[in-house]
Amino acid sequence: MNDVVAPEMLAQIDRAIVRATQDGLPRLPRPYHAIADAIGVAPELVMARLRVMLRDGRVRRIGAVPNHYALGWRANGMSVWDVIDERVDELGAKVGALAGVSHCYRRSRRSPEWPYNLFAMVHGRTRAEAETRIAEIAAVLDGALREHDVLYSTRILKKTGLRLGSG
Amino acid sequence: MDDLDRRIVNALQSGFPVCERPFRAAAVALATTEEELIARVDRLLAEGTLTRFGPLFQVERMGGEFMLAAMRVPEARFDKIATIVNALPEVAHNYAREHALNMWFVLATETPSGVDEAIRKIESATNLPMLTFPKEREYFVELRLEAGA
Repeated sequence: MNDVVAPEMLAQIDRAIVRATQDGLPRLPRPYHAIADAIGVAPELVMARLRVMLRDGRVRRIGAVPNHYALGWRANGMSVWDVIDERVDELGAKVGALAGVSHCYRRSRRSPEWPYNLFAMVHGRTRAEAETRIAEIAAVLDGALREHDVLYSTRILKKTGLRLGSG
Repeated sequence: MDDLDRRIVNALQSGFPVCERPFRAAAVALATTEEELIARVDRLLAEGTLTRFGPLFQVERMGGEFMLAAMRVPEARFDKIATIVNALPEVAHNYAREHALNMWFVLATETPSGVDEAIRKIESATNLPMLTFPKEREYFVELRLEAGA
């Protein structure tokens, strides 16, 4: 691609790529070519833009998302912790680094109903396995923790991901 | 799931190449063929072992917003409310959880104002108040679940 493409044009192309792939990548030998055909640009441009989006973080990764339950991970808990503000960032990073934690965030408290400011998702094949993970988190937070809870998921009601509106 | 299925699920969680024949490139590393890999990814999606295969977008980096939200839904109305909530395209994930706040969902919108609008729509359609939990900081995100034997 030797043509110079204006930034607003690139933004439009990126958006078209997002829209064309929000249901996933086509399962065809040349999936990026199929996307290129669908949106009317060169396949090299589609691949180049995806690499740019991977680099700048707009695309976290390209790959597969498994259904936890189908893989035998039946105990999926959102563990929530009320950690003292002065230490939450330092300890949150440590909790996120634990092997059994897939997502770890600091979020706003909703007092009085919701005192928790640290969220960590844990997964186990059994509740006992998930509880082991939770005990590891509690050990990391020891001394800075007021209270905690675990909300196990009982059903996936929906799992689709981002949907761009029309226009 | 046989051994190749498990290896596919594990390998494809880490990433998928961007090149002309990415299935062929990924198949080589898995000691299978392009055709076999495509057929298996199709099947793993169809049977629900995989919920998605493709780019995973980080909405905030695209100028949009994610918002975690929860509601306290009376059991008798749970399925009906789930249908209403799920019908909104802004709802990316929705989980039933064991707690007084028993419905937890993630709103993903193209613009920050889209979140407010989605909240209003859900509250008025369900007549239930919603709690939202804005993300203040991300410490770690890397969902990778081994498909064990």
